[in-house]
Parts: sequence; C-alpha cells; structure tokens
Amino acid sequence: MKMKKLAALAIAASVTAAPVMAELVIPDLSYRTGPYAAGGTPFSDGYQDYFNLLNARDGGIGGEPVRILECETGYSTERGVECYESTKGEGALIYQPLSTGIAYQLIPKTTADQIPLHTMGYGRTSAADGEVFNWVFNYPANYWDAASVMVNYLLDENGGSLDGKTLALVYHNSAYGKEPIRTLETLSEMHGFNLTQLAVDHPGQEQKSQWLQIRRERPDYVLMWGWGVMNQVAIQEAANIGFPMENFIGNWWAGAEHDVTPAGAAANGYKSLNMNRIDDLPVFAEISSLVHDAGNAAGDGSNIGKVLYTRGMYAAMLAAEAIAKAQEIHGVAQVTPAMVRDGMEALEITDARMEELGMAQIGPAFSVSCQDHGGTGFGIVQEWDAASGTWTALTDYIAPDDSVTGPLVTEDAAAFAAENNITPGCL
Amino acid sequence: MFYREAGDFKTSYAEDNQTFPIKFDRYRYWLVLAVAYLVIPFMINDYWANAIFVPFLIYAIAAIGLNILTGYCGQVSLGTGGFMAVGAYACYKLMTAFPDVNIVFHILVSGGVTAMVGAAFGLPSLRIKGFYLAVATLAAQFFLVWLFNKVGWFYNYSASGQISAPERFVGPFAVTGPNAAPWAQYMICLVFVTVCAVVARNLTRGTLGRKLMAIRDMDIAAEIIGVNPLRTKLTAFAISSFFIGISGALFFAVYLGAVEVGEAFGIQKSFLVLFMVIIGGLGSIFGSFAGAAFLVLLPVALKFVGSDLMGWPTDLVSHLQLVIIGALIMFFLIKEPHGLAQLWRVTKEKLRLWPFPH
Repeated sequence: MKMKKLAALAIAASVTAAPVMAELVIPDLSYRTGPYAAGGTPFSDGYQDYFNLLNARDGGIGGEPVRILECETGYSTERGVECYESTKGEGALIYQPLSTGIAYQLIPKTTADQIPLHTMGYGRTSAADGEVFNWVFNYPANYWDAASVMVNYLLDENGGSLDGKTLALVYHNSAYGKEPIRTLETLSEMHGFNLTQLAVDHPGQEQKSQWLQIRRERPDYVLMWGWGVMNQVAIQEAANIGFPMENFIGNWWAGAEHDVTPAGAAANGYKSLNMNRIDDLPVFAEISSLVHDAGNAAGDGSNIGKVLYTRGMYAAMLAAEAIAKAQEIHGVAQVTPAMVRDGMEALEITDARMEELGMAQIGPAFSVSCQDHGGTGFGIVQEWDAASGTWTALTDYIAPDDSVTGPLVTEDAAAFAAENNITPGCL
Repeated sequence: MFYREAGDFKTSYAEDNQTFPIKFDRYRYWLVLAVAYLVIPFMINDYWANAIFVPFLIYAIAAIGLNILTGYCGQVSLGTGGFMAVGAYACYKLMTAFPDVNIVFHILVSGGVTAMVGAAFGLPSLRIKGFYLAVATLAAQFFLVWLFNKVGWFYNYSASGQISAPERFVGPFAVTGPNAAPWAQYMICLVFVTVCAVVARNLTRGTLGRKLMAIRDMDIAAEIIGVNPLRTKLTAFAISSFFIGISGALFFAVYLGAVEVGEAFGIQKSFLVLFMVIIGGLGSIFGSFAGAAFLVLLPVALKFVGSDLMGWPTDLVSHLQLVIIGALIMFFLIKEPHGLAQLWRVTKEKLRLWPFPH
C-alpha cells in the first residue's frame, strides 16, 4: 500500500514537473557521500559556485540564467544512470559526471540522445578522437597524457634515461585505474624501464599487501592512479614502509589537500600531477563576495581555493565558455545541447581570456577542433609541503609525448568505431 | 464477500491444483499481467524504464533465484553478485563470439553457464551448513570478481577492463545498446520475469519444491524419507544460479550496457539481493517481487520526495536514505520477520473472514 501511495505521488509530481525552457540547464552529477565524497564535494562546490557567480554577476550566460540540477550519484554507475535519465528530460545541455565508470555508461547514451559529454581529464581516453566520438570531449588532458607527462618528468629528473629503473603503478582496480596501463607499457618498452602493476580494489582501504610488495621489491618510483579514500590510505602506507615520498607521484586525481593531510608530516614531499594551477585567483574574491556572502554557496563554502574546488570551477568555466561560444555561433541565447556541442568543438581558450575571467594561467591555452577533442594534454608536477600545508608547483606545464599517445588513441578509437559501426567523420 | 473459496466449485484435479484457487486472485493475476503487457509499454519513457521498471524486473529475477536457494532450500548464499557476474560475462562472451545468434538464446545459455558454476560452488553445501556455507559462498563471490578482473579473455582484452554490450535485436527491435527503445528494454525483461516466475512458482509447488523444503526444515529427516541431499542441494544451487545468471545477463546487456565487475557485481550486490529476499519474504515468489520493488523503488521515492519536492541538499537526502532504509529493515525484521509476503498472506486471511472476523 505504501509503495502504491509513493508511486502515485511520483507520477503526480513527474506530471507537474514539466521542463522550464527559458533557462540553461546544467546537471551536476555530484557525489557528496560514500568513499569518494572527499574528492566529489570540493569539485561540485567549485562547479556550482562558478555558475552561481555567473548568475549573480552577469545574469547567467549571454543573459540566460543558469539552473543547476544537482543529483547525487555516490560514484555508483547505477545511480549515475538514474541521475542521467532523471535530468536529461529537463533540457540538460552538458554532462560532466566526474567518474570514469559513469562516463563509460554515458558515452553511448549521450551519443544516442545527442547531448555533449565532457570528461575533463578522466573518462575514455580515446574520446580525444573527435571524428569517432562526436559527442564526447576530454580536453584539456586525458589519462594517457598524464602517464606520458609523468614519464617525461621522470626522464627529465634522471638525465634523459630510465633504462633499468623500476616503476610501480598502484591503481584503482577499475576502468579508471586501468586506463594508463596501455600507455605505460608502450613507454616502458620505449624507455627500457620495468613496470610493476599493483591493483587496489574498490574502495581502496585495504592496501597492506600491495605496499608489502613495494617494500620487498623497492621500485625506484611509485606512480598512483587513485581516487577517494584510496589516496589517503596509500600515502599513509607509503609513509609506514618508509618509501621516499619524493619518488611517489600521484596523477591529478591523487593530489588534493585531503589526500595528504591525514598522513601529517609524513606526507611531506609527496608529488602529484595537476592539470590546473592553484593560485590565489581574483575570481575567488568574486565568488566569496557575490555567492558565499549572499548565502548561495554550494556545500558549506569551506573548500574555496582548494585543488579540486579550483578544478571544479575550471570545469564550469570551460562549460560556460563553450555555451557562450555556442550562443555566438548560432546567434541565440537559448541554446540546445546540439548547439553547445558546436560551441565545444569551436572552443578556444586563450591566456587573455583566462585573465579576463579572473583566473589567469589556470590552465594551458588550447583550442578544440572536430578532429581533436583532447586539448593539449599538458600537466604540471606539484609537491606537498606539509609544514605550510600547501602544494607548490615544481615545474611549468610539461607536454606529453604525442607520438606515443596519438597512435594509441587512433587505434583504440578505430576499435570502438568498428565495434559500434561508426563511420568516423565530422558532424 | 468476493475473496473466498465458497461458491467457486472445482470439477477437475487440474482446477483443484491451480496456483490461484480463489477466483479474485485469478482475476487480479490476469489484471496485473494485462497492465504489465498492454498498458505500461505504451506509457513508459526512458526515465521510468531505466530508473524503475527495468531494474525492478531484473532484481526480481535475481531475488526469485536466491529465494529458491535460501528461502526454499535453506542454504544461505552470499555469492549472488558473483553469480550475476558469471551471467553477465557469459552473455558478453556469447554476444561477441556469436553476433548472429539471437540475444534471447545468449541470455538463456548464460543462465545455463551460471547454473553449472553455481552447482560447482554448491558442492561444499553437502558438508557444511549455515554460517559456514555463507562463508564458502562469500569465497565464491570474491573469487569470481577477482577472476573477471584478472583474466583478460573474459573482457576481450579491452584496455579499460570494462565489458560493453553491442547492439542486439529481437526481431526488428533493438533491445540492447543506447538506441534501444525503453519499451523494448522493458518488454524483454518482462517476458523473462514472467517466464521465470511461472517456472519458479510451479517448480516450488511440485515434488522438487517439497524436496527442497524438506531439506530446509530438517535434512536428516529428509534423507530418511528418501530425499537425496546431494542431488537436491545441487539442484537447488543450479536452479537458483540459472535465474541469477539470467538476471546478471539482463543487468549487463539491457540495463547498464557497460559493466565493471568490481563496481557492479561486488559484495554489496549480494547483500542487496539477500535483503530483498529477507524483506520480501523467505520462501515466497510474491515476496521476491515485493522485496525487489521495495529496495528499488524506495531509494528513488526518497530521493524524489527529499530533493525534488522538498529541495533538501542531495547529500542530506542520500544520508537520510541510508538511515531510513536501515531503520525500515530493522523494523520489518522485528515486526514482521516473515517479510512483506507475510503481510500479504495475513491480508488475504483477513479478507477471507471478512466481514465476520473472529
């Protein structure tokens, strides 16, 4: 009986909740609960705060207010699908799920429904091939770029040769963690280093045996593809076995404040990649005064300026710029998802534009084209200073080795195209 | 008045043995089927299919499968997630190896493969019982997930370790892949659910069901009266795994489309299906449906009420959901240990006595 009442209620409400068309609808598939909440919360805060800033300062994008639809996925693919289905009917313009698992679910679905999907620095790497993945974008960088950037950095540290060195990859045992393996294998043949692969199962709290193996084998470097609680545990375990932190490098999802603080001073010197700079950007002051002081902060407002907050805001900025571009191309303020896709494909982020937006140098300048949905792939290496509690950039943007990642992307995209009967081409 | 045996005269053994001896129940059964087959497919949209009906139907098959093993035969299993993974990976391998064969056969064969795997993992049940058997099936769960993660052959050596369902058709209609119409996804699940439920119901009403229940109630006594425990327990594992394999194949091919074994078929899935069986009612086919509906619909309903109607923050709603579902599970276990099916049974009993309760 209870179920019938609830179902009746749901039917009644879904009838009344008709889509309101005079807005730009941006779904935020966030996760503020579960083992990955530590990363999901600041990202979502930054994402929403930036759109709220646009609403408060500019009245939205091109005069159209933005409406954010937040939906909690808990990093679970099933709930991600449910969120996608419940938000797409409202006129969602672009999806950024912040989960490689959900991204894999959504790639075929968004393509069939013709809604652009932007997986910034995550998701399926070969989506960089825009002729096969017309509706999927992963600029400014992807996992294979990250793997290549790491190796390039290590090459630089070791005088240009990694011959005979051993690199261990500690990875989340999922599509996310397995992504870089193919590139690292190619690179290990190319540069003559040995690659040890150590899988950590979801959610990543149990890593004793992996770190025991590292302790026994003493690899020269440990690379990590971790997320959520896995990062904190890995850094603590590395500290426990006395692995030198300066030889421990996480990717850009394993390098936020909350990953290193639990290990305290022992985490000092831990390195990670970053695809965006962290700085005291002028835009934060605007968010503070126009959004937070007005009581519109997403979350509790405590995350402003943090690594993942900055990245969430960066993601929102890229989406907003693409929408603005779409409005410019099509000459209408009320854009459709298909128009946003055109805007994304014509997107050009310049240093001057970033400065104008109050986030100078937040990312590399790049432009997107029909063929290349992947951006530049640049990454910086940053180091954690436990005493002052800050990340310091050690390098400028390092370029990946496109001659390695390029053919891999083409090969994987061609396999996907063959599997799904896609004829590559521009829309 | 309308719900009673009186006046409904049976003139043959077949009539006397039918599933629903009461006229009202028979009409209700046909009405439910009519609505499911003739009304819902015309009203369904993407959201209702993907968020509610398809997962409900698929979990119902899994719950029926586990109910045969745990509810009817008394063998506690925590390996449901692993067996669903077997169904999913079997279906994937078949779909990619034999693209010209109809998906329906792939799903059935996946069930068969799972039945064999399930029977193999059921062997320890001959020597161990209760908690110890639960631990043995738990080992199956972890072993199978590890296997599908470790051995590249199962996922055709894809870079991400994911399996994704190619587009497959039943007649001219796509049922898997992103272009499948919601009604087509719904219909294929509905057909499988109907067949599975009818088969399960009749299996459990007949000799086999009685053997299973005899083993459940007291295995030594059952052996003395001539029930072969080896054959009966392995049959229970095989039949149960067959249903669970079908649900795993549908879960992967029709519902999600792309699956990662650790995330989709982890231990939490085993617990979810076990909760469905316990809340719905052990040893009842209707209970399997009730439990599946309860655990699929409740989170969606709570989310709807919390975030869409009340506008509460999504994390608060998500946490509340855990609290409420946990509280409801405890409430049911204390107040109605026989599950939702028992509530239904009591209602029916009251209806029979109405209007003169005693």
